[in-house]
Amino acid sequence: MKLKLRIWRQAGPEAAGRMVEYDLDGVSEDMSFLEMLDLLNENLTNRNEEPVAFDHDCREGICGMCGVVINGVAHGAPEGVRTTTCQLHMRSFADGATIDIEPWRAGAFPVLKDLAVDRGAFDRIIQAGGFISSNTGSAPDAHSTPAPKREADLAFDNATCIGCGACVAACPNSSAMLFTAAKITHLAMLPQGQPERYARVKSMVAAHDEEGFGNCTNIGECAAVCPKGIPLESISQLNRDLIGSLFKADGK
Amino acid sequence: MAVTGLIMIAFLLMHMYGNLKLFLGPEAFDHYAHWLKGATEDGGILYPVLPAGWFIWIFRFVLVLSVILHIWSAASLVLATRARQGDKYVTRKTKAQTYSARTMRWGGVIIAVFLVFHLIQFTIIPGSFGGNADEPHTMVVAGFEQWWMVALYAVAMVLVVMHVRHGFWSAFTTLGGNTSSRAASVLNGLAWIVAVVLYVGFMIMPLAVLFGVI
Amino acid sequence: MTAPTTTPAAAVPATANQYWIDGADIADTKAPADVPIDKVWQSRQFQAKLVNPANRRKLSIIVVGTGLAGGAAAATLGEAGYNVLNFCYQDSPRRAHSIAAQGGINAAKNYRNDNDSTYRLFYDTVKGGDYRARETNVYRLAEVSANIIDQCVAQGVPFAREYGGLLDTRSFGGVQVQRTFYARGQTGQQLLIGVYQQLERQIAAGTVKMYARHEMVELIVVDGRARGIVTRNMVNGKVETWTADAVVLATGGYGNVFFLSTNAMGCNVTASWRAHRKGAYFGNPCYTQIHPTCIPVHGETQSKLTLMSESLRNDGRIWVPKKAEDCAKDPRQLAEEDRDYYLERIYPSFGNLVPRDIASRQAKNMCDEGRGVGPAVKEIDENGNERQVRRGVYLDFSDAINRLGQKAVEAKYGNLFDMYQQITGENPYEVPMRIYPAVHYTMGGLWVDYDLQSSITGLYVTGEANFSDHGANRLGASALMQGLADGYFVLPNTINDYLAGAPFDKLGEDHPAVVEARESAQARIDKLLSIQGTRSVDSFHKELGHIMWEYCGMERTEEGLTKAIGLIRALKEEYWSNVRVTGVNEDFNQALERAGRVADFFELGELMCIDALHRRESCGGHFRAESQTEEGEAMRHDDEFLYVGAWEWGGEGSKPVLHREPLNYKAIELKQRSYK
Repeated sequence: MKLKLRIWRQAGPEAAGRMVEYDLDGVSEDMSFLEMLDLLNENLTNRNEEPVAFDHDCREGICGMCGVVINGVAHGAPEGVRTTTCQLHMRSFADGATIDIEPWRAGAFPVLKDLAVDRGAFDRIIQAGGFISSNTGSAPDAHSTPAPKREADLAFDNATCIGCGACVAACPNSSAMLFTAAKITHLAMLPQGQPERYARVKSMVAAHDEEGFGNCTNIGECAAVCPKGIPLESISQLNRDLIGSLFKADGK
Repeated sequence: MAVTGLIMIAFLLMHMYGNLKLFLGPEAFDHYAHWLKGATEDGGILYPVLPAGWFIWIFRFVLVLSVILHIWSAASLVLATRARQGDKYVTRKTKAQTYSARTMRWGGVIIAVFLVFHLIQFTIIPGSFGGNADEPHTMVVAGFEQWWMVALYAVAMVLVVMHVRHGFWSAFTTLGGNTSSRAASVLNGLAWIVAVVLYVGFMIMPLAVLFGVI
Repeated sequence: MTAPTTTPAAAVPATANQYWIDGADIADTKAPADVPIDKVWQSRQFQAKLVNPANRRKLSIIVVGTGLAGGAAAATLGEAGYNVLNFCYQDSPRRAHSIAAQGGINAAKNYRNDNDSTYRLFYDTVKGGDYRARETNVYRLAEVSANIIDQCVAQGVPFAREYGGLLDTRSFGGVQVQRTFYARGQTGQQLLIGVYQQLERQIAAGTVKMYARHEMVELIVVDGRARGIVTRNMVNGKVETWTADAVVLATGGYGNVFFLSTNAMGCNVTASWRAHRKGAYFGNPCYTQIHPTCIPVHGETQSKLTLMSESLRNDGRIWVPKKAEDCAKDPRQLAEEDRDYYLERIYPSFGNLVPRDIASRQAKNMCDEGRGVGPAVKEIDENGNERQVRRGVYLDFSDAINRLGQKAVEAKYGNLFDMYQQITGENPYEVPMRIYPAVHYTMGGLWVDYDLQSSITGLYVTGEANFSDHGANRLGASALMQGLADGYFVLPNTINDYLAGAPFDKLGEDHPAVVEARESAQARIDKLLSIQGTRSVDSFHKELGHIMWEYCGMERTEEGLTKAIGLIRALKEEYWSNVRVTGVNEDFNQALERAGRVADFFELGELMCIDALHRRESCGGHFRAESQTEEGEAMRHDDEFLYVGAWEWGGEGSKPVLHREPLNYKAIELKQRSYK
């Protein structure tokens, strides 16, 4: 396959960026999208040009480190498919296609270089309360508190979030509500998460806003690109808990 | 925003229901309008719980407050978002956004302009487009005998019900009512029903006037 | 297939000692020797000196790595009140590669009432490791396994549950008890998120300071004690020094020395290797686990391999065409008599369910004979010539689909089939799957004693980065168990024994050892950037990977290993004179990051080959063709090799020194592995 790539190149956080065009030959349809970028980088290195910086690690769709906007879609999944960038394969593209590749764009995700962005804000949202306060060694027997299966499954569905940031990248408001809601719902559905449930939602939402993420207007772009299928409904669960928290004395 | 929006949707449903009174004849319609204002001999709506004529002002106050708060939250949301968005994408494709969701902001502004026009026509300077204020049905008839007036309302109402369609579903989502995929489809269905009912309910009367049925 | 032979340990090769020097034997001195095995941990905990809670605030600990072993240790030490500095190369601690583990985590809970016990888990793990693990460490692992499950549930890890709300378990990896707890096929992810949440909680509390996108590039040793590390900030290239009272490495495995493996792209040996060069012994570097059911290589641009659950072999039949000329044909067109169900043919009783190492080796043999399937991939043969080889064998479900129906097959393996289709673009319900073995886990690692302290005082090593618990082969669902055991329960109860002697003298930026470490790290970076040769880092890495895979992979021979050592040395020399690293240090420079890692892989690769060369027996994941039974099974030689090979860095250009730690089995009787 032969491709025309238009890639966002930006030297650093403060530098101005622009789309740069590259022709790439010798792409096989079995390659993953990131292997296609590897090939481009190998060519650039051989021409003594600087390779394109992009984040990636496990390349099996679970670590959440990779993610670029491909032809205007976060992770670039074709219709009806859920995938991370690393699990997208070149057979989804036609020979001779032009592919636009851009970084996640959101105020809270500053570009570090080219396609790599800083998602530290996600960690800080979790720091605000995305945990259960249970020190090592203090746990009762695992069977001491049964958890109803329906809720446990719901918790699991939300716990599959990989923190890649596609939801923010796709959101017209640059909101991280889906990310925040996934953690809220995960912990709110488990018996162990109850003691801190309402304090957690207050402080996490406050941290979300402080980090500079936008507001949710229930559009649904986030859920549409989420590689793990976290549903928009999680945000409603967050809202429900947030409203509930207004009537509780704990938390901020 | 969700609460004020739902208040206004409730008002729209009531407003539409009231409009349909015209099919019962001009007297029924006028009586209803006067009753709302507390200008009927029985003291009107909610009399004697409230002194005659108070209800309409409380009602107007709540509505105006809703409109103001609604616009204020929308504006602050837009401003906050602007401040928080990153650089614009060179290429952007939407996957889930409905047309009504995308037009919430500009649609909202246009609806606000239309609302001002509508209020001038029937409330602030009653009779400015024909008819007289003491017999409200004459204002309605005078207005909707003009084909362009009906067309204007027809277009404006499309915007209104689109806004309501996304707004209804969005409001319940914001209020925590959308916590399962079943709830999502129920809410979406209800939003569509409300939108269609509003459109049909509101437009049937002007069309009837235009075609001389009333 | 190599002709089966029954041999005693291969004779000591004449060439051997041109590669290493024999050093003095070593032993673990921390585990109390005079108590029964089930009292060892308890008595060690009692003997260990304690640190008063008020004094912990005055002590600092560096933890490198944020996976199960590192993140759990950092969070737990933070909870205890120490000042923890935690580093990772990813952009967030949540990305560590523990996240990719699928299957589950073992724990001797006996919730199933199926005769499980601490002793049985201990026994299974030692046996699975082919009797090359240290008994005391493994027993402790089994002992604390139950606490891990309790701890994780309390943190909100959503393990699979039954309708009654209690935890579900399954049997895994051929074990006869149902002791494996799981969270769908994402157990590693859920456990890591649990660790991450605990870690973020401590970060918020201020006890842990997190430094993401910081790569450790050097260890600081002062008067024989590990006192700090040097890192490179991966965003702006700043080389910084950090000092503390103790250093913990939890930096994972080194499977990426093979270039292609199931590891994450960034997994590397640099932290361990830098420590090794400063005096930490490297234990059993040649023990590598190769997993038989991975998705095969599609071409030269392949960057990593993806594992599929081994359970597929329960219903799939493995075959290759009988004739090499049929290999490019559509498999559905090949008549039954043209197919070679080679595992069923060679091992009629076990068939497709032969152990991992045998299944892997036979797949390689079939492809070496030219009967592999799938796309042909360029390789370099032993004479340095290019050749095209198909690296794949069929795993065919058509019999299972005919027998059980597509619905039943879908219910059992649906998610795996979907994953396969997404990666290969082929529908495994219609076309047979193609599989090939891939490097998955490295049992070797830095040598540690019972306290998890390495041979450098004050340097502790946890998780896959150490060598201790899996012997020569790791059983399924026990990597997660070990990482969390080390991080939550073992290290936080042993490191205090050392820290009771702290705080140590404060080290200034101008301390000679600190300056030396920083300058040598900087010099290495400058050197890599200054070469400005003609070949990319990746091209060297791929070539190294080919050498390792060919000669130090599934089957190792004296001849091949000797050859590999020569090839690696030559390649390393070329690397240091001809590598091209673009850009500058003071930048987000991924080529430079890789360059440093690959440089260390050369040295590690050489040591792996030397270790494999010296161990003239087959055990677990280490298969020496010279030492096999008539059935082609691995044959151990306990009389000669019942020890841990702990390698000491001999110095640049000098031979490594081999220290043997004899293994004493008191609680378990040694047996030869048999699948008869």
